[in-house]
This record gives sequence, C-alpha cells and structure tokens, in this order.
Amino acid sequence: MSDLSAYEHTQEAEFGDYVQLLKPRVMSLVVFTAMVGLIVAPVAVHPFVAFTSILFIALGGGASGALNMWYDADIDRVMRRTRSRPIPAGRVTEGEALAFGLALSAISVLMLGLAANWFAGAFLAFTIFFYAVVYTMWLKRSTPQNIVIGGAAGAFPPMIGWAVATGGVSVESVLMFLLVFMWTPPHFWALALFMKDDYSNARVPMLTVTHGRPATRKHIFAYTILLAPCALALALSSIGGPVTLAAAIVLNALFILGAFRILRRSEEAAQADGYKAEKSFFKLSLAYLFLHFGALLVEASLTPFGLGGW
Amino acid sequence: MAIQPEHELHRRRWGRNLGLGLVLGAFVVLVFGLTIVKVSRQDENGNPPRAEASQ
Repeated sequence: MSDLSAYEHTQEAEFGDYVQLLKPRVMSLVVFTAMVGLIVAPVAVHPFVAFTSILFIALGGGASGALNMWYDADIDRVMRRTRSRPIPAGRVTEGEALAFGLALSAISVLMLGLAANWFAGAFLAFTIFFYAVVYTMWLKRSTPQNIVIGGAAGAFPPMIGWAVATGGVSVESVLMFLLVFMWTPPHFWALALFMKDDYSNARVPMLTVTHGRPATRKHIFAYTILLAPCALALALSSIGGPVTLAAAIVLNALFILGAFRILRRSEEAAQADGYKAEKSFFKLSLAYLFLHFGALLVEASLTPFGLGGW
Repeated sequence: MAIQPEHELHRRRWGRNLGLGLVLGAFVVLVFGLTIVKVSRQDENGNPPRAEASQ
C-alpha cells in the first residue's frame, strides 16, 4: 500500500465495523432460538428479565463471533467470501478484535448471571468457550467433521434460554439442542456444495475437499434421516403438541425428499443447472429451523386458551 | 471556510463515539430497569416468587 488513498481506507473503523465483528446474522438465529427456549419453558419469567437475558445471550454469541474472526483472520484473508470482513480489510486490528471479544464475553456472562441465574451464565460461558476454543481453534482446522461438532455451539442457545427460566436442563431442552445440532451439518454441507469457497487454499478440511462431493451428498442424506426422529421426539415431548407434530411431519418429509434429490444427483448434473437442487435445499433448511421453533412458539401461545400442547 | 476542513476520518470517529455513547446509555437504562424489577420482586434470585411462577 504505497498510495495515499490506500492509507485513507485503513485503520479508523466505523461503528458498523464493530457490529460486523459480532456476526449479526448468526446472532439473529441465536436470539430467535434462545427466545423460544425461554418462552416454552414451564416457568414464567418477568418480561424485562427475559428481554435482558436474551440480549446478553445474543451478545455472548456475538463475542464468540469476534473471537472467531480474530483467530480466523488468516483464513478470512485467503477466501473471497470473507475478504471484506473488518480484520482482513484492515479496518480493525487483530488485537482490537481479541480485546473486544474477551471484554464482551465477560460482560455478557456476568450480566446473564446477574439478570437470570448463574447456571445460565455458566452455560453461556461454556458455549463461548466451545465455539471459540473447541471449534475455532481446534476442530475447524483439524477434522472434516468440524461442522458437526461446531454445530453444538449453535445448538446451545435454546438450552440457555430454557436455563434462564428453569435454572437447569431437562429432556425438552436437550431435544431442542438435538434439533439444531442434527440440522447444522446438512445445512452447511449444502452451502459448501454450491459456494465452492477455496477451503483448500485456506487449509480448512471441509468434507467437500477431503472426502469429495459424492461423499458429502451421502453425508447430507444420512444426517437428514437422523434428524427426523429428533424432530418427532421434540413434537411428542411436553412442549410439543398437534401443531408441532404436523409441522414436524411435513417439514421432515420435505427435507428428506430434498436430501434424496441431492444424493441422487451427479456433480455434472448439478453443475449443468447451477446447483438448483442444492440451493433450494439450503433455503428449505432455513425455513425448516424457523418453522420448527415457530411451531413451538405457537404451541406455547395457544396453551393459555386451552389449545395447543398435549 | 474552516481552517481545518472536516476529514472523512473525523466523520467515522464521530459515528463511533456516538454509537458507543448510545450503547453505554442503553446499558445504564438496562441495569436501572433490572434493579427496579429485582428490588420490587423481593426474591433474592430475582426470579418471580415460586407461587406466582407456577400459576
């Protein structure tokens, strides 16, 4: 960078750059699932406490996102999709992102502990540790199953929401965890099939790179099959009901059908129509999770009227 | 015309300071609200009393 115009675009970050460090799109999923976990729990929470708790669960999730961007800056610089993130673009230094992530982690854990209970606070701390250390620092670069185990970090928020209300763990909250946990691999592998990011240059062992695309198609199908019983068990649990069961049957049938289409396709056929089936499966996966948790929410809001629930 | 013209950099810095100010203000309001809720509920855990919760 020898010219002056380059200098003008480095350092001095905008407020939005710090917001970007928190991965707002991931945060929206965290907010939604944590909120559902909190609302469907059998213990009532004061609305202001509930609001504060969800806010700090989301902030904790954002903090782990900042820690992830700090550690993965070398990968982000190599891949086209991530090159414009605040650190690779030079607007935020790595040290700033680390300090930002650590400070927000501490604030969110302390505030959740104070607002709700210390079990929920400890659970949030564990989630941040799991995402930043177990997933980002260890598994992401060492095993093609990285997404499977990393998905656990994204699956904890509904359990934390439940813990805010009840102060503990139960079958229902574990089932909500399993739903997100089993859903994550097919969701991300479908993305990996059509995004064609240069993971090999970045030395990230993605399944598409290490085991090939046909193997990835098989993995998507297998996880989709295993996901269905988890979804049905959740619908039959005490927080489920007829609405959830109907949603689970329809959504899982569609999801398995989509995965089956992906399984049967050859790479040539996929390339010929621009990964149409993979892209529609990815969109379906977003609707799948949203509608599943939405159904639980409907169930909980119908209960006061004597409808919903078993 | 000002002696030191406003640089693009100053605009960004101002935006950042304003954002941080608003965040800190919101945090104060949040802690205050939380205090009101907890103190008025008379429960050392800050949760609503058990009898009310189970209704």
